[in-house]
Amino acid sequence: MAEFINFYFIPGLVLGSIYALGAIGISMTFGILRFANFAHGEIMTLGVYFAWSLVQLTSLHPLAVLPIAMVLTVAVAIGVDKAFYKPLRNAPVIMLVIASFGLMLMIRSAVQFFWGVQLKSILPGIQFPWWLFDTIRILPKHVLIIGCAVALMFCVHYLLTYTKIGKAMRAMSDSPELARLTGIDTEKVVMATWVVGAGLACAAGVFLAIDTQVETMMGFKLLLPMFAAAILGGIGRPYGAVAGGLIIGLAEELSAYPWITDAPLINPGYKAGVAFVIMVGMLLWRPTGLFKGKVF
Amino acid sequence: MDQLYGYMLYLIALLTMGGIYAVLTLGLNVQWGFGGLFNAGIAGFFGIGAYTSALLTTAPSVRHLGGFEMPYVVGFGAAMLLSGIIAYGIGKVCLKLRSDYLAIATIGIAEIFRLILKNETWATNGPRGVTQIPKPFEGLPEPWNHFAFLGLVLAIVAVLYLMLEVVRKSPWGRVMTAIRENETAVKAAGKNVETFRMEGFVIGCMIMALAGALMAHYLKFVDPNATEPLLATFLVWVMLIIGGSANNKGAIVGAFLIWGVWSATEILTGQLPTELAVRTAYVRIFLIGLALQIFLQKFPQGFFPEVRPKIKNSQSL
Repeated sequence: MAEFINFYFIPGLVLGSIYALGAIGISMTFGILRFANFAHGEIMTLGVYFAWSLVQLTSLHPLAVLPIAMVLTVAVAIGVDKAFYKPLRNAPVIMLVIASFGLMLMIRSAVQFFWGVQLKSILPGIQFPWWLFDTIRILPKHVLIIGCAVALMFCVHYLLTYTKIGKAMRAMSDSPELARLTGIDTEKVVMATWVVGAGLACAAGVFLAIDTQVETMMGFKLLLPMFAAAILGGIGRPYGAVAGGLIIGLAEELSAYPWITDAPLINPGYKAGVAFVIMVGMLLWRPTGLFKGKVF
Repeated sequence: MDQLYGYMLYLIALLTMGGIYAVLTLGLNVQWGFGGLFNAGIAGFFGIGAYTSALLTTAPSVRHLGGFEMPYVVGFGAAMLLSGIIAYGIGKVCLKLRSDYLAIATIGIAEIFRLILKNETWATNGPRGVTQIPKPFEGLPEPWNHFAFLGLVLAIVAVLYLMLEVVRKSPWGRVMTAIRENETAVKAAGKNVETFRMEGFVIGCMIMALAGALMAHYLKFVDPNATEPLLATFLVWVMLIIGGSANNKGAIVGAFLIWGVWSATEILTGQLPTELAVRTAYVRIFLIGLALQIFLQKFPQGFFPEVRPKIKNSQSL
């Protein structure tokens, strides 16, 4: 039991929180701008490298520099939107997908150019776990990640429920035509979507970097699980994305647990495939996702 | 003289690779250009073709599955067949959905295929890949073997081009275009949209597998890096968009053009000191991405815009 909690459940929860934060942005851009943003993972990578540089510069804890990294990431995302997505707003949606596909490569190669491809650490040193009841082993960084992720989710919840712009975002996600008719400034909502999406992506990336390491492919590796989480939760449903992220993260980790025999249920090399299978299953069985999102 | 000979060999290599990319781009053109199907997993079908043909035609080896020493034709045929079957299975699941979902699903399939190649060492020799793949005409003396292989590739491109031109002008091609433009109208005309989509998807994936098989035999080696999305998926998309989607000529010209630019800039950056050369490689990717963005915004039709076939008898649709 202790082994299950220590090596499968807690890591699953950590990974799930990271997916959840990333999936909120995917789900909202999909719901509001109506296209699958393939560059979301790379925005995340960029945010991590901003944070890494700030840590080198100030030698502070990554969480202390996170707000600045988030601001920088958001600025880039808004710049990218102005330069590459806005001119295509009236073009067929699929043009935006191709543009995001191109941006994925552009942002990644820019990161590789400026920072190089070597693995880096954002949180140096070895952490000693805390022990609960002598059996449950918790790493302080895991507590930190889950705590911060929950705090950020509450911020998003507050924004969507109590602020004017948050309500406009939900309205536009539900029905863009109706939102436009009722006089909602759509460009402002688009901007807010990038602020939330890119900010959370940066945070998710930094949490992943704290948990593992900094590398240029980290965002791309998260792209599929994030899409899976967004689809599972229902496109345009931020709470669904959170639930979807947690389910995917837990499913990936628990798939390697020796449920039946002594061997892992699924070869850990195929962990990344778990998200994909859940996603396709969901598209077939219930394309609106768990929380009745949109189907395009 | 030696230098001239070197340049000639380089040109042959450039054209051979360009030709293999042209096959890939023609395959994508059937899916995206004709039918508006967004396949973001070209690398996966390319890899299926490369590995299938490689495992069937190589000599027996303890390192990987197969080694059946089959003739090339069997290798190519099996590559296309397997890719077609897999494409059919994927199409059954994903073609009903909007193109974004197809894009996500195909990226996922390509990534899962990479995982299989890396993990199933008994079959694929894992990350070390399959070596000593036979190459057509390698028995011929230098440089004729290179010429002959180039000839084979160009002949395949030519045959594919002629076939796809017939397809494009055929009633089938026109229905595909109509589905791309206005699905509802085609449904109203009584056509089974899903069947047409499936046919386009499967044919495109089979052509991609043929390109993969050609690449495996050309390089005599294949490893999971062959399915790297950057070179095997992204570059093909750029080639088709810049060349001109829905135009077979555009697909071919785009492939040779972008491959030429890609390779020429590699020579330039190769002159730089190692550390800098590695870094400038990323600048090349960035610039290719930027070129894609410029074309999307300013010249979405590419160099060769789509030319609609004249409809001789309007009853055929």
